[in-house]
Amino acid sequence: MPAVQETVDRVKRIDVDQYRYGFETLIESDKAPKGLSEQTVKFISEKKNEPAWMLQWRLEAYRRWLTMTEPTWARVDYPKIDFQDLYYYSAPKPKKTISSLDEIDPEILKTYEKLGIPLREVAMLEGVEPKPGEDDPNRRKIAVDAVFDSVSVATTFKAELKKAGVIFMPISEAIREHPELVQKYLGSVVPTSDNYYATLNSAVFSDGSFVYVPPGVRCPMELSTYFRINERNTGQFERTLIIADKGSYVSYLEGCTAPQRDENQLHAAVVELVAHDDAEIKYSTVQNWYPGNSEGKGGIYNFVTKRGDCRGNNSKISWTQVETGSAITWKYPSCILRGDNSRGEFYSIAISNGYQQVDSGTKMIHLGKNTTSRIISKGIAAGKSQNTYRGLVTAHRKATGARNFTACDSLLIGDKCGAHTVPYIEAKNSSATFEHEATTSKISEDVLFYCIQRGLSQEEAVGLVVNGFVKDVLQQLPMEFAVEAQKLISISLEGSVG
Amino acid sequence: MALLEVKDLQVRVEEREILHGLNLTVNEGEIHAIMGPNGSGKSTLSHVIAGKPGYEVTGGQILFRGEDLLEMSPDMRAAKGVFLAFQYPVEIPGVATMTFLRTALNAQRKARGESEYSTPDFLKKVREVSKSLNIPQDMLKRGVNVGFSGGEKKRNEVLQMALFEPSLCILDEMDSGLDIDALRVAADGVNALHSPKRAMVVITHYQRLLNYIVPDIVHVMSKGRVVKSGGKELALELEATGYAQFEDAA
Ligand SMILES: Nc1ncnc2c1ncn2[C@@H]1O[C@H](COP(=O)(O)OP(=O)(O)O)[C@@H](O)[C@H]1O
Ligand SMILES: [Mg+2]
Repeated sequence: MPAVQETVDRVKRIDVDQYRYGFETLIESDKAPKGLSEQTVKFISEKKNEPAWMLQWRLEAYRRWLTMTEPTWARVDYPKIDFQDLYYYSAPKPKKTISSLDEIDPEILKTYEKLGIPLREVAMLEGVEPKPGEDDPNRRKIAVDAVFDSVSVATTFKAELKKAGVIFMPISEAIREHPELVQKYLGSVVPTSDNYYATLNSAVFSDGSFVYVPPGVRCPMELSTYFRINERNTGQFERTLIIADKGSYVSYLEGCTAPQRDENQLHAAVVELVAHDDAEIKYSTVQNWYPGNSEGKGGIYNFVTKRGDCRGNNSKISWTQVETGSAITWKYPSCILRGDNSRGEFYSIAISNGYQQVDSGTKMIHLGKNTTSRIISKGIAAGKSQNTYRGLVTAHRKATGARNFTACDSLLIGDKCGAHTVPYIEAKNSSATFEHEATTSKISEDVLFYCIQRGLSQEEAVGLVVNGFVKDVLQQLPMEFAVEAQKLISISLEGSVG
Repeated sequence: MALLEVKDLQVRVEEREILHGLNLTVNEGEIHAIMGPNGSGKSTLSHVIAGKPGYEVTGGQILFRGEDLLEMSPDMRAAKGVFLAFQYPVEIPGVATMTFLRTALNAQRKARGESEYSTPDFLKKVREVSKSLNIPQDMLKRGVNVGFSGGEKKRNEVLQMALFEPSLCILDEMDSGLDIDALRVAADGVNALHSPKRAMVVITHYQRLLNYIVPDIVHVMSKGRVVKSGGKELALELEATGYAQFEDAA
């Protein structure tokens, strides 16, 4: 905790036009030519020394993508994206393979330090390799698979994970080292034909994480990845695949921040989770991409497809997200409850300020018997932003005894913003029980004044009240993230009142 | 120098004048009572002193230890030692009382350029004070005032008063909604905080509270002005005669 605290404080001191994480790193990079074509796809695949089957998979996706059109149903509004005006691959020039943190480009490490990513701290606190006899089981460990631009530059804790049999590596490496696993699972939850952005991602994905937890193994540490966009006009296409085999457990943390930009940047990630019988996956995200400046210019377009497949009986997948950044967020982490008695959870905090547009929610697809799901969504809209919760809960004919509980609460700060709730519910069998609760409230002047009378500044008061409002969701986050997320929430609402 | 000096204060709310030239001087160590019928402007006065938005001061001034209070942000006033115990303390769901107390105390200390309390020191202090006020520890873990009874809410206000150690405490209708036993506990808490360095301004509609918190000076407010001041016997007199005579005088 002190390490996280310190890095967060450090991040707070970096002040570039409101956006506290806006800075660039000067390193050479290796780019694909601008624009998207079969050539680009081949370039990416070649850069990564991919086997032929992978290139084939990408090309099929690319051809499919050419036949598709951008979806327009979300409540977001943005100028048309020129997909030929983007770069689809950018990598820091690799010097050599890395076995310890010391070998990483110091510029890159410095960036991580500025971001407040406890890579160094983790290494210092825990030792890159834990010394024998010094193993304190109470100390929580975080393995950081740092993604810089499009390539993973550091992987820590490999040894300990290896001992447990857990595979945790950049997906580009997994394609070469564990082709049988990747081929079996990649695209099995989000097929290449799924949706416009997911298909695009399938064609040009750059890198991301791969996790496989073998049967009966409880992953000995939280797995964590930090993403970052650094090249101007670089589309970011992260691809993450997590498989929890029978009776296993894994908790994965993902956090992102991005530097300040003038041009809009496209981010289209795909995350696939597979939980087999009795397995559990907990996936937590703190998203803080650059939201654009005070006039609504710039900012990241975040079109993400995240889906979990509770493939086995009694399996469980839980999504927790804290969304504070991006100019546009289009994101619906979902669960397919295929196995009998499987359970899906979605805990979300979505904050919009300035001119941000958030359209986020979840889908709970009940296919198996006695499947349960729970949705807790907290939307906070400030400034001139628009914040939409969009949710779908369905029970298939065979999903007897399916149960869902949904609670969507929206908090408005000021009167120029909007909060919207769009729930879709479909029960195809009569034994399903779906409960839905929704509230919308305005932040109370009396509550703010009470806090201010006790010595809090206006901004501290808003931060405190909002953190109270989202507490049920914050509690779902692992400790390391909860503290950071709490700070982020306050920072992202600065200047929203008064 | 007086602790608080309100001079010829004129205040408007939504274009309507509520206070029409109000005067009040409070010195360190004094207990003042402000009495008056509903709508006479008692709460308005307390809000303007504390800096609540929505009030327009159109004339007069408020000095706190000689400094212009109206120039200070409300959180700065709190840090300088102005405390308002609210008639209806608000609920803040999801924010543990303990967290709130600590955040507020440290914010005040920071504003004064003092160091923040360490966790053990803070906990020790909270335990001491809450014990004397009969506040169970599990109440401190609950959301601020969430599900608190009327008496608990008022005791929570007194608890904050004790923790923050303000030099001016304004208590707005502390007795409202309390039964006799709850009133006694809260009043005992307030009396325990009385010191030669601290002044209290007790706003109340009823004389009853003043049996427990005995004032040095009693003011009668009517229609936005202080129309009479006197010793504690004035409160008893009011109890007997009612406010009608002052309504005419104002
Ligand atoms: N926010 C407000 N808007 C309009 N009128 C107000 C507001 N607050 C107080 N008033 C009016 O100001 C007068 C004094 O109110 P208040 O200070 O609450 O009196 P008291 O506390 O003595 O009962 C009343 O006539 C009341 O209606
Ligand atoms: Mg009143």
